[in-house]
Amino acid sequence: MPQFEAGTFDVIVIGAGHAGVEAAYASAKMGASTLVLTMNLDMIAFMPCNPSLGGPAKGIVVREIDALGGAMGKVIDKTHIQMRMLNTGKGPAVRALRAQADKVLYQQEMKRMLEDEEHLSLHQGVVEELIVEDGEVKGVLTQIGAIYRAKTVIVTTGTFLRGEVIIGDLKYSSGPNNQMPSIKLADSLRELGFDTVRFKTGTPPRVNSNTVDYSKTEIQPGDETPRAFSFETTEFITDQLPCWLTYTSPLTHQLINENLHLSPMYSGVIKGKGPSYCPSIEDKIVRFADKSRHQIFLEPEGRNTREMYVQGLSTSLPEHVQRKMIESVPGLEKAQMLRAGYAIEYDAIVPTQLWPTLETKKIKNLYTAGQLNGTSGYEEAAAQGIMAGINAASRVLGKEEVVLGRADAYIGVLIDDLVTKGTSEPYRLLTSRAEYRLLLRHDNADLRLTEIGHTLGMISDERYAKFVVKKQQIEEEIERLRKVSVKPEEAVQTIIEAAGGTALREPMKAADLLKRPEMKYDEISKVVPPETACTPDVAEQVEISIKYEGYIEKAMQQVNRMKKMENKKIPEGIDYHAISGLAKEARANLSDVRPLSIAQASRISGVNPADISILLVYIEQGKIAKISG
Amino acid sequence: MQFDTIAAISTPMGEGAIAIVRISGDEAVEIADRLFRSPSGKRLVDSSSHTIHYGHLVDPSTDETVEEIMVSLMKAPKTFTREDVIELNCHGGLVSVNRVLRLVLQYGARLAEPGEFTKRAFLNGRIDLSQSEAVMDLIRAKTDRAMNVALNQMDGKLSRLIGELRQALLETLAQVEVNIDYPEYDDVEEMTIPLMIEKGEWVRSEIIKLLSTSSQGRILREGLSTVIIGRPNVGKSSLLNSLVQENKAIVTDIAGTTRDIIEEYVNVKGVPLKLVDTAGIRETEDLVERIGVERSRQVLKEADLVILLLNGSEALSPEDERLLETIRPMDAIIVVNKTDLPQQIDIETVKQLAGQKHVITTSILQDEGVDELEETIASLFFGGGIEAEDPTYVSNERHIALLHQAKTSIEDAIQAAEARVPIDMIQIDITRTWELLGEIVGDTVQDSLINQLFSQFCLGK
Repeated sequence: MPQFEAGTFDVIVIGAGHAGVEAAYASAKMGASTLVLTMNLDMIAFMPCNPSLGGPAKGIVVREIDALGGAMGKVIDKTHIQMRMLNTGKGPAVRALRAQADKVLYQQEMKRMLEDEEHLSLHQGVVEELIVEDGEVKGVLTQIGAIYRAKTVIVTTGTFLRGEVIIGDLKYSSGPNNQMPSIKLADSLRELGFDTVRFKTGTPPRVNSNTVDYSKTEIQPGDETPRAFSFETTEFITDQLPCWLTYTSPLTHQLINENLHLSPMYSGVIKGKGPSYCPSIEDKIVRFADKSRHQIFLEPEGRNTREMYVQGLSTSLPEHVQRKMIESVPGLEKAQMLRAGYAIEYDAIVPTQLWPTLETKKIKNLYTAGQLNGTSGYEEAAAQGIMAGINAASRVLGKEEVVLGRADAYIGVLIDDLVTKGTSEPYRLLTSRAEYRLLLRHDNADLRLTEIGHTLGMISDERYAKFVVKKQQIEEEIERLRKVSVKPEEAVQTIIEAAGGTALREPMKAADLLKRPEMKYDEISKVVPPETACTPDVAEQVEISIKYEGYIEKAMQQVNRMKKMENKKIPEGIDYHAISGLAKEARANLSDVRPLSIAQASRISGVNPADISILLVYIEQGKIAKISG
Repeated sequence: MQFDTIAAISTPMGEGAIAIVRISGDEAVEIADRLFRSPSGKRLVDSSSHTIHYGHLVDPSTDETVEEIMVSLMKAPKTFTREDVIELNCHGGLVSVNRVLRLVLQYGARLAEPGEFTKRAFLNGRIDLSQSEAVMDLIRAKTDRAMNVALNQMDGKLSRLIGELRQALLETLAQVEVNIDYPEYDDVEEMTIPLMIEKGEWVRSEIIKLLSTSSQGRILREGLSTVIIGRPNVGKSSLLNSLVQENKAIVTDIAGTTRDIIEEYVNVKGVPLKLVDTAGIRETEDLVERIGVERSRQVLKEADLVILLLNGSEALSPEDERLLETIRPMDAIIVVNKTDLPQQIDIETVKQLAGQKHVITTSILQDEGVDELEETIASLFFGGGIEAEDPTYVSNERHIALLHQAKTSIEDAIQAAEARVPIDMIQIDITRTWELLGEIVGDTVQDSLINQLFSQFCLGK
């Protein structure tokens, strides 16, 4: 194959899934000339599994991406068929937005956004090799011999690396949804010396919604209150489509039990490690044999299709068993199956081979993001994508790298977990992975990250100006409520009693009154009205900040303590084997991960507090030696 | 945590006019302010650095005054560790200084590891390179020893009990987490507030039970604090010397422990005996006379065991009768000494006044009956006469402090639940309780929660 020079860029992104599009969008927005190479332009931002975005932790990630100036929030706001706020009955820390996506519209909208982006080029092509010289990536080589040169390269190949689809005893080389797998690029990465693991994930069958008997299901409508992920969204979709809920039947369970020997999970065909939080239906029935039924959600895949996603029925049993399984579910007795469910195995990179910027430790200027790094989920992929894009562009533009901390964002938790602890199964974000989830809320994502996005040039000045005003209003209103007194007057008592509270006996500060469990900002603002009414956004922040002050303060104390350890940097090139006193396991794991700070070191498995002490003393020793030497 | 606030007794363990509890770290001043009351009401945080303050140390839970103290306030960076340092100067004596330390630990500090103040001084750049090797050695040695000590100290039953509590908390947490991360899954029972309160109350009561055993644990650790009383010249010194000479002194490895104190810890037939204030007994012969009736009552009250010596060669005096009356509610042994002389005492009256207590006759001078006394002490101790039957001990000061913090934490959770605070806030204090209990058994791995989540519940889409 003759080779030819096809162009030079600042950043090349391989792949245009959820990680790739955010990476490219971010780097282009920052002003770096960016090329996206994808096998199939029609598959940009494709959702091969569930047609939804958000939910606990993940929904907050979408908000964070938006606060940084990313694409996902804006696109889903324009293309969803339904939105719901989850966990409204619980505290503010765990509220999360979830959208059902119109898959096709989502792809189209994302593609158009990329096409419109000034510094961004899209091109269809299959990358087969990374060009690496002296431990630095220099570009990529495609199937047709095109050489693209670049200062940095971001690999976001998802589940395509040596992908294999498995249904029953059928196993064939394939990317998701029968797309081409990526074999040569996988070889290229292995030749460069990257360690990989074999992971597995799966998807349920789809049915034709015209053939569903809805009378046997429960309707699950969207929220009536208009909602949006993006802080910039001003137009809301009101025409929503419902989802439907049904359950497995005893027959479903019987069918699965009778056909377990045909399941590649149990016959040994599947060797990859699947996610425990996303088990197949056969897994659920085997592991939780005492459960008499499992929920099945029917989710439309879009407005212009009858295709319906059967959430809860993820399986890799042979197709003839899948058909019977579907028929055994109330409401689906006559359902026509459009596609069978399948499992997919793929290569993932061991993520401890990455710096927290997502640059690989082995090859300079090479970044990896998304499912390739061992995660699962569109949002997790997008989160890494935007950070890889930011850091690759920063490298080219001579800006400082950006690493979000565990107290800054779920994105920070996700990346720190990956590069510090690695993962033994496809990694999914859960709110319980965050130590400071009270600080990492859905509602304050903008307050946490807009500043960063603006500094990077990803947030427009106009949006930033609005943000500054909002922030100021919040501070002023909190300050006001701390100062102003509420007196036990007739009108005040009426409002308090109407809210279900007990009357005031003596005057109290408005902020203290707001701390009563039954009081909301709405009531407080009636009792002591502000000069100009606050927007609901501002009111929400004021209410949360005051109501949960004690808890927030406690969390902040923890954060500050951790920050101290975070600020204790570990010099590069430290030889852990030369430090006597470190435990053997600690030595090995520290050498592997090469943590950048004492805090990161302390999170590595097998590193105990005594090792940290010794490490601290060792580092301090070196500093003093340098000064005196 | 590397930079939290630590505390320890920084004077040699033993008799001195004063003992010092040192606190170092960001919260040192705050913790001291929680416990310290100055006559002027001025708080330490508002006082200038490198000043000394007179006042009282108060147990905030009871508002009871624990000690009359002097507080040295030294704010960072001009301190030994370059952190905020507080030194609480209290009366000498193990009991009082231990109580002060315990309060400090209960109200937010962590017990310092050996050499930790020095280590911090080093890490904060206060000590030069030549000393760093020594610090490394210290940490290394500490690790090995601490591991052995931890292994030996950790009562299997205690760690099992803590394990059960943690498992209960973990299951509660897992359920809360599932409700949060999978809000639409009806397979999982909603963790309700009443259920949470119920679980919390159970954990709380178990922690309280454990804490109530801590005084028995203390006996094993510090020795059975024993006071010998009696009229002048009855043979208290002789008995003390006899006990010390016959029994091998327990060698403690506490740095700087004075010879006096070592000799006062004696092992009597396997019972660690700590002879309280014996220096005083030696000097003046009469504790009661020396320190007055009120103070002696106080010493008696704190003793685990009282040995009352009576002079067999004299008739029972009104003072003897008063002493017999005083020790009536206590664990005590009555020793009628000087059987080598003609007996004047009415032994039947003594037995009558002694009630259920053991009465032993000895001639310490001729070494008669001392053995019987020792047997009696041992049988009282092992036979449950002194110690309770449940052999689960919380004997380690660090463990006690952690249990107190865990108790506060679970109480915060219960209180929040009762005030109908959202469940994900209550969870913060439950998680904290779980972590604190985990520190006792040396296990706070976050991942176990996530593993629990997926093994306990059928999740996923």
